[in-house]
Amino acid sequence: MRHTLSVLVENKFGVLARIAGMFSGRGFNIDTLNSGPTLDPNTSHITIVVQGDDAVLEQVTKQLNKLVDVIRIEDFRDNEFVDRELVLMRVKVNGETRSEVMQICDIFRAKIVDVQHTNFLIEVTGHEGKINKFIRLMHGFGISNLTRTGKVAMSRRKDENEGGSGKAEVES
Amino acid sequence: MFADPDAYRMNPATPAPVTSSTNTPAPGPDRGPVMDGAEILVACLEREGVDTIFAYPGGASMPIHQALTKSTKIRTILPRHEQGGVFAAEGYARATGRAGVCMATSGPGATNLLSGIADAYMDSVPLVAITGQVPQWMIGRGAFQETDVFGMTLPIVKHSYLVWDINDIPRVVKEAFHIAQSGRPGPVLIDVPKNIQQAKGQPIFPSKISLRGYAKSEPEPDEVALNEMIGLINASKRPMLYVGGGIISSGAAPELMEFVERTQIPVATTLMGIGCFPENHPLSLKWLGMHGTVYANNAVNEADVLLAMGVRFDDRVTGKVEKFAEHGTIVHVDIDASEINKNKVVRLPIIADVKKALVRLNALLAQAGWKRTPTGEHGRFPEWYQQIQEWKANYPLKFNDTGDKIQPQYAVQLLNELTKGEAIVTTGVGQHQMWAAQFYDYLKPRTLITSAGLGAMGFGFPAAMGAKVACPDKEVIDIDGDGSFLMNVQELACAKVEGIAAKTIILNNQHLGMVVQWEDRFYKSNRGHTFLGDPKDPKGIYPDYVTICAGFGVTCERVTRKEDLRGAMERMLASKEVYVLDVMTPYTEHVLPMIPAGGTYKDIITD
Repeated sequence: MRHTLSVLVENKFGVLARIAGMFSGRGFNIDTLNSGPTLDPNTSHITIVVQGDDAVLEQVTKQLNKLVDVIRIEDFRDNEFVDRELVLMRVKVNGETRSEVMQICDIFRAKIVDVQHTNFLIEVTGHEGKINKFIRLMHGFGISNLTRTGKVAMSRRKDENEGGSGKAEVES
Repeated sequence: MFADPDAYRMNPATPAPVTSSTNTPAPGPDRGPVMDGAEILVACLEREGVDTIFAYPGGASMPIHQALTKSTKIRTILPRHEQGGVFAAEGYARATGRAGVCMATSGPGATNLLSGIADAYMDSVPLVAITGQVPQWMIGRGAFQETDVFGMTLPIVKHSYLVWDINDIPRVVKEAFHIAQSGRPGPVLIDVPKNIQQAKGQPIFPSKISLRGYAKSEPEPDEVALNEMIGLINASKRPMLYVGGGIISSGAAPELMEFVERTQIPVATTLMGIGCFPENHPLSLKWLGMHGTVYANNAVNEADVLLAMGVRFDDRVTGKVEKFAEHGTIVHVDIDASEINKNKVVRLPIIADVKKALVRLNALLAQAGWKRTPTGEHGRFPEWYQQIQEWKANYPLKFNDTGDKIQPQYAVQLLNELTKGEAIVTTGVGQHQMWAAQFYDYLKPRTLITSAGLGAMGFGFPAAMGAKVACPDKEVIDIDGDGSFLMNVQELACAKVEGIAAKTIILNNQHLGMVVQWEDRFYKSNRGHTFLGDPKDPKGIYPDYVTICAGFGVTCERVTRKEDLRGAMERMLASKEVYVLDVMTPYTEHVLPMIPAGGTYKDIITD
């Protein structure tokens, strides 16, 4: 089973290493991982797609939560969410296939961002199913290079922690 | 007889000493004078109430050592190896509950700390480890004595810092001590580049810290779950308590005693939990696990309700985990949510500081009319007590106490008799560690200091030094093996020079006894590099600890005959100095009982 987790972290030195290290050190598998800044320059959003059953997901979530730099984890099992991925690929074309590839790109709302005599550089975004379908179709023409961002995701509902700092002060 | 009930009426974790910051209740930022980074760091340590640091200097930490020479509040103790320093800091922490502090230079100094940091992580010991680092502009260039200690320690720290700005030092130190000592305690690393130690700055000491990812560290127990737990106890016929290091970390021994007096449930501890409940109490079954008592293992596995508190279902406790307590309803109380369902799926999880949970449970029990029963007058579960009594009678901890050879178990028993269970005992790792746990009756929390999770040989003597520094009025004795003792033997110099009167009893069988035992049981007694003596003179005693100790200026007495042991031990206890007793024991002894790895309590070997 694959699960998508959205993790809000402090934008601090080594935070990605802590998260990646926790996965490898405890034998969990990361499918994809995407990290980027949020509106607040002090935090980053990391979207992780992880392989495993419910017990694995429970441990992954709890172990992530233990990391001091992890502020909040959203597990998309129980609510509706939107996820997207961006893919860049170079697809071989010739006189015969050029227009067909362009038509398929049209249907998938993919963009041809660079054109050469023998290939197109194509950008496509969407959810996993659409991306996979598009890649399968392009395989028929020949993909010479491909790179994917990994998923980013967001809940459809506004959650109560959003916007607030969620900051808790501890006196000691 | 129940010795010293008062020990269970007070919190063993003494509060940190008064710091200078508490004298100035000034609101707003607390500014210090202009200082260099190293001096700011030392000022911050003083504000945290640090009175002792175990620190070995080197190029990248020299400025901090210079600053330490000017401190009137902090005693700097020079170990003779960084590993000795970090183990000593752990000994200090385990004896007091306050963070132990150690420091090393960059590169090899930092790597020598790793075993101790890993040990503190496994056993949830509050520790602040400081390392010098090469100057910022040299990081990543393979500079002399550069290692990425931040990266190397990632999997074995609760948290870590690489200080990148001199102005961050006060916040980092305050956070580090808070994180190390709160929630489930653990080690925190602070790596400080040398140029930051040398830079000048005016510190602003924060009065508060703000860690939004860490606020949830001390959860309150769920009242409904606590009531359900009491319901389970009420309906139970064979309840058991399985309690561990969490009781000691949270200072909940008095609350546990009250809980036991109200519910009259028998208690088995883990190795880490030893001392959280007095082992001479009629409801104590001592400890469970691979080398625990038969009766503790039987009782925990045949209980109908198992109350697991401050424990983590370690494999050395459970054996085959699927079969562990398989017919019992398990309640698991722990402060660390990730421990719930990690190794064992339980029926009723309660995420809470175990002390808070016990305080509420005791209040609820009192409301419901469960009165405190004086020790020895329990009668709530008569058939269960009878069954346990039968196991106790049939399978006591025992050994063949024959001949003039000194059985290692006898040596531990004798120490127990002579110290009346009042000493702080530290250990190395191996057979002697198990015997020290089996044949000494621990009556108070923080009296057995042992590397349980990591199992780090060489832990015993430096840990004893740390405990002795923290508790100078207590007798601190390292019960060690000859293999373990040799691993940090250099610390004799530190103890001697610093006047730290930690004592050692080496149970010297000239072998790596625990590995020999496994060779005997599982490898047809084929010796795979487990003989520590001189193969050219197998009958002789090697190395000669009496001579080694003489070189360190330390008194050492060797005992080979049983009739001499009592007198020798009395001389050791009478001494006010560091002292080594080299006790020659047969290597043929096995630690029993024993549940083979991956077995169940029914596979237990008793002879």
